[in-house]
Amino acid sequence: MTATTGTSGRRETVESSTTSLQARRRALRVRRLRRGWVALALIVPAALFYGVFVLRPLALTFQYSFYDWNGVTEATWVGWDNYTRLLHDDEMLGSIFNALELIIYFSFVPVILGLFTAATIRKFAMSRLAVVSRTVLFLPQVIPLVAAGIMWTWLMASDGVINQTLRAVGLGALARPWLGDFDAALPAVGVIGAWVALGLCMLLLLAGMTKIDPALFEAARIDGAGAIREFFSITLPSLKQEIGVCVSVTVIAALASFDIIYISTQGGPGNSTLVPGLEIYYLAFFSREIGQASALAVAFMVLVLAIIWPIQRLTRDAD
Amino acid sequence: MIIARREKWIGNGLLVLLMIVTIIPFITLLVTALHPAGSYPSGLELPETLHWENFATAFQSAKMGQLLWSSALIVLGVVPISLFISTLAGFALGHLRPPGSRAIFVAFLLGLTLPFQGVIVPLYFQMRDFGLLNIRWAIILPLIGLYMPFAVMWMRAHFVNMPQDLSEAARMDGANTWKLFTKIHLPLSMPALSSLAILLFLWTWNQFLLAVVLVDDATKRTMAGALGAFQGQYGTDIPLLCAGSLLILTPTLIVFLIFQRKFVSALLQGAVKG
Repeated sequence: MTATTGTSGRRETVESSTTSLQARRRALRVRRLRRGWVALALIVPAALFYGVFVLRPLALTFQYSFYDWNGVTEATWVGWDNYTRLLHDDEMLGSIFNALELIIYFSFVPVILGLFTAATIRKFAMSRLAVVSRTVLFLPQVIPLVAAGIMWTWLMASDGVINQTLRAVGLGALARPWLGDFDAALPAVGVIGAWVALGLCMLLLLAGMTKIDPALFEAARIDGAGAIREFFSITLPSLKQEIGVCVSVTVIAALASFDIIYISTQGGPGNSTLVPGLEIYYLAFFSREIGQASALAVAFMVLVLAIIWPIQRLTRDAD
Repeated sequence: MIIARREKWIGNGLLVLLMIVTIIPFITLLVTALHPAGSYPSGLELPETLHWENFATAFQSAKMGQLLWSSALIVLGVVPISLFISTLAGFALGHLRPPGSRAIFVAFLLGLTLPFQGVIVPLYFQMRDFGLLNIRWAIILPLIGLYMPFAVMWMRAHFVNMPQDLSEAARMDGANTWKLFTKIHLPLSMPALSSLAILLFLWTWNQFLLAVVLVDDATKRTMAGALGAFQGQYGTDIPLLCAGSLLILTPTLIVFLIFQRKFVSALLQGAVKG
């Protein structure tokens, strides 16, 4: 970021007549003021869209959360009731805990696997294979998450490829309908999310690693560091920002997950894969509990901010 | 250097493994789509005769023609308007810096991590009150607003790095703010704009939640939104569902493969800035 402030005409030539100097200053101020208004006018369209379709709904979510409303008849003020109910409801609380558990699969797994792979191929990041991989590994990022959900639903079905492979190698005892199993469903959904995020994380971290000065690695090797020592002393500290980006993006994807779960499990079996995004949708558009859905939405947004903000703080100030 | 060769071998092996894991779901989808419609195929075995006609059937029953048109209309509504107004705002906030621009920028940043589910409920009632429910504007207008935090931040980051001397020189030559923008800065912003356009296209085309909540008629939705309805309809006919899914993800795949260099750099930059 540059710190220039754009003050033109500060180096004015010394004028003999003070009146003309004043007149000029005034003219300059008028021009600057007018430019200020023009600049503000340029922001208006963006601000208008943002205000009407983000800020206003945001304020309304807060407002709705204090009402009991079915969307049709008169709404009644209930104060903090929706929030108290939220704290005592297993279904809604469970959805929040499920989302937190998904962070392990959507975020930790791709980031750690991505770090491992990127560190291994760092030295030949420019090889032909590595260049091809940039295209291939991005494929899951390009297709709709819904399509990823459909693909994996079929892969994980009772007679899907995963179970067939397990049976073929003699591990048939492990086979199960992954997305329909109470204990396996959430990790199974997690696998889909990890599959989507892995390529992006790996390539982002690799891009970060290629920016590290090679002399650092050489120096470490000369000082007798092995691959593991090198990774923890040089690679990892230099990647603070990239890791921060990967973690933020994937944690948001975990907390705000909707598409994959809507398609693959609809929150079931039972409520074992229910997440806040889906529960808000069900509460508002199926059970018509607008107030309750809004209270959950508020809690959900606070949770996202509470988790993302520290990550951003921790990883941004380094640079 | 035996160690280096071994490292290279392990690294390449790992990379190939990663690519296989990425591609297998796509291959399964294709193989399954080639089985007889209504059958329950077993894994990665190819059937005796390849049923390419499944694609034609799925194309018709998913009303793919209409869907492509619908998605194209939505993208054409969202992307140009978003690009235009976010560039104006980014130019003002990053380059002209009128008084108060810092506060306005912070207000935009507030929306950067906002999950769409946080505002979807009031958005539904708002669109209903505007009388826009179930038409494409119900997806287009909110998406423009929801993309603004990211788009404005993206364009501002570009304009912050443009030298002020450039503008001063243009001012000396008598350019007003509008001329300065259209004649000097817009042509210089093309790389930033095209990357942003790619990201917005992708996110719009793949938008699911807004499409499902705000538009009932699947043929007026985005591709991704329509896929949800298609799954409900053909959830039990696996080969047909797979053929339909492939058809629906093909357009983005084609666009991606054509512009892959731009896509990859846009996706990498987009993640860093977001």
